Amino acid sequence: MDVRLSPEQVMLRDAARQVVDRLCPRTVGEFDDAERAGKLDAAVVASGWLELRTASDDGRPWATGVEVAVVAEELGRGLADTAFLGPTMAADLRRLVGASPANTPETIALSADLSQPVVARGGAVGRGAVAVDARGATSALVLLPDGDGYTIGAIALGSVTTGVDLTRPVVSCPPGAAVSRIEGQRRPLGVDDLSRWRALGLAVTCADLVGVMRGAVTVTCDYARSRRQYGAAIGSFQAVQHLLADAYVAAEGSASIALHAGWAVDALDGPDALEAASAAKAYCTRAARSVCETAIQVHGGIGNTWECLAHVLLRRALLSGEVLGGVGANLARVLAAHGIGGDDGLR
Amino acid sequence: MDFGDSPEERAFRLHLREWLGHNNPGLPTSSTSDEYWAGQAAWHQTLFGAGFFGLSWPKAVGGHDLPSVYEAILDEEIIAAGAPPRPSVGYLVQGLLRHGNEDVQRRFLPGLVSGRDRWCQGFSEPDAGSDLASLRTRAVTDGSEYVITGHKVWTSYSDAADWCLVLARTDPDVPKHRGISAFIVPMGQHAIEQRPIRMINGITREFGEVIFDEARVDAANMVGEPGEGWRLAMTVVSHEREPGELGYVARYGKLVNELVHAVEEQPDKYGPEQRRDLAWALVEADMLRCHVSRRLSDRLDGLSHGPEGSVDKLLMTGVEQAVGHAALSIGGAASTEGDDTWLKVYLYSRAQSVMGGTSQIQRNLIASRILELPTS
Repeated sequence: MDVRLSPEQVMLRDAARQVVDRLCPRTVGEFDDAERAGKLDAAVVASGWLELRTASDDGRPWATGVEVAVVAEELGRGLADTAFLGPTMAADLRRLVGASPANTPETIALSADLSQPVVARGGAVGRGAVAVDARGATSALVLLPDGDGYTIGAIALGSVTTGVDLTRPVVSCPPGAAVSRIEGQRRPLGVDDLSRWRALGLAVTCADLVGVMRGAVTVTCDYARSRRQYGAAIGSFQAVQHLLADAYVAAEGSASIALHAGWAVDALDGPDALEAASAAKAYCTRAARSVCETAIQVHGGIGNTWECLAHVLLRRALLSGEVLGGVGANLARVLAAHGIGGDDGLR
Repeated sequence: MDFGDSPEERAFRLHLREWLGHNNPGLPTSSTSDEYWAGQAAWHQTLFGAGFFGLSWPKAVGGHDLPSVYEAILDEEIIAAGAPPRPSVGYLVQGLLRHGNEDVQRRFLPGLVSGRDRWCQGFSEPDAGSDLASLRTRAVTDGSEYVITGHKVWTSYSDAADWCLVLARTDPDVPKHRGISAFIVPMGQHAIEQRPIRMINGITREFGEVIFDEARVDAANMVGEPGEGWRLAMTVVSHEREPGELGYVARYGKLVNELVHAVEEQPDKYGPEQRRDLAWALVEADMLRCHVSRRLSDRLDGLSHGPEGSVDKLLMTGVEQAVGHAALSIGGAASTEGDDTWLKVYLYSRAQSVMGGTSQIQRNLIASRILELPTS
């Protein structure tokens, strides 16, 4: 056991950090800067980070869940308005069925509440399906029932953008949208595969939440050092200090359990990887909401205005929290894994 | 980055697992029973005798010089076996290793590590709790000895201790943090009176107060230099806040497994609210296991005595109290079945946000020393 990041993983983190610090928005106004956003997209593509889960020669991914999580955390910290979760999850689905990588930008489709992948029965998707993290994507992957498992297909995306997160759009999928089967699939997706894939999705969103929390602690501590009342920085007041200390502690606990989830994706059996990820997701989702609420509180009146980054952090956390299930669904999985739950609703 | 075992770690784990399979004394849950505290010394000696205690401490003091992460493996296997957690003496060991001279280390560490000698810690006083540096216990020189007079409280294991690590004021004329020295005081003398304190869950064997009425200690039993007591105290309390040093991952793992077992036994008795409380306890305990793995891995770069222990302490407290709430939920506040074990676990959990420095003190430390927020 040695859970320190390897030198290569530290280099990856530092590279992601540099891109984030150079190209991510620092104010709400900068989200509208299309030139900046385009440069961020280009930097992420050029870095190869969207291909971490494509297949290497032996069919295994180029990078483990840990590397994916390392990048996701930095992108979350910087409120990166670029696609990562969606393309990464789509690439992993293609790898698992042995299909070649996508030629055009692609994401995944989820149920309306974001908790489940979309299973298209009868060759079409039902109502309410959405494509997450859809910036730049032209299609989204869905599952097609095939015996005991699944194959994968793609649907074209609609144009209506919804969702809470200002950094990663959710796009509705037109009801009845036709599914085209992805060519060249060499094996169906089994139960173990699907568990591992869900575990990856949960681990990536946990890492994103850890990044959001660390970003929130940083901007809020900076604010508490500069904002003065009663002739002193508000960060000198114990009531404020304790809120910030709790936020820091919540982020550190989340980082520890999220790190384990990222490792488990490729190191454990599918069900064990899913259990590790479920525990992490429940913990990180609860923590992130609380930390972002603290960010709003410590920013005071400003924190309740559109121009303050605090709500952008909260919004990103709310979306990441729900992807492949939030607190309730994941606590249910934890209980099921210990043999004291009911149906975990996974099939 | 690997939570898994190296081949050497795997071999150690299997050897340990085999041994625990035959040597689990099956003590009751630590926080509920005086029987546990009575049996703890024997468990300490058994673990030590089999070569499974002090894994990451120096061989010279009875340890094994293994990488710090072996402590995490020990905790995991103790949970799996349902065995009692390893004894929590690591913070004293770290304090003596850092501040004790060669003579002190040679005379005292082997007995502490092996479990031959029982120890307690005389830090807090009735008027010196969070404000520890205001302590009033005095130590005055008398030839080759010091004479100690004062009143210590919240002294865990004082009833069974052979030695007490005492903080006492040796120089009243300097600023309060600089006039304190640390001594290893023999408990077996008439000038020391020990009184048990009954905790809110009824146990009496963990906690006590100690009155020193001109107790005597050899000057050679001073740890560090005169006036170095505060620095020693900070080293000790920083490690006392680390679940990786205390072995508390095993403590919580064992408790949640017992709660899961209770629900398995009578599944119809427990509804969604109780299961949800238990699910949070499971998640919190899992978080701490991962966090301790991370902190013990960080020690591979070298041991730190810094403020990170305050983060650990708050996380550990969250776990203890989530487990406590699950225990209350599963056991019920008004059990009519005569077994109030879970109520006792809940009541004990309230102490965790006070002992070893309150949660409020930990937050102050994090704000000033980690977040570097301005002082008022």
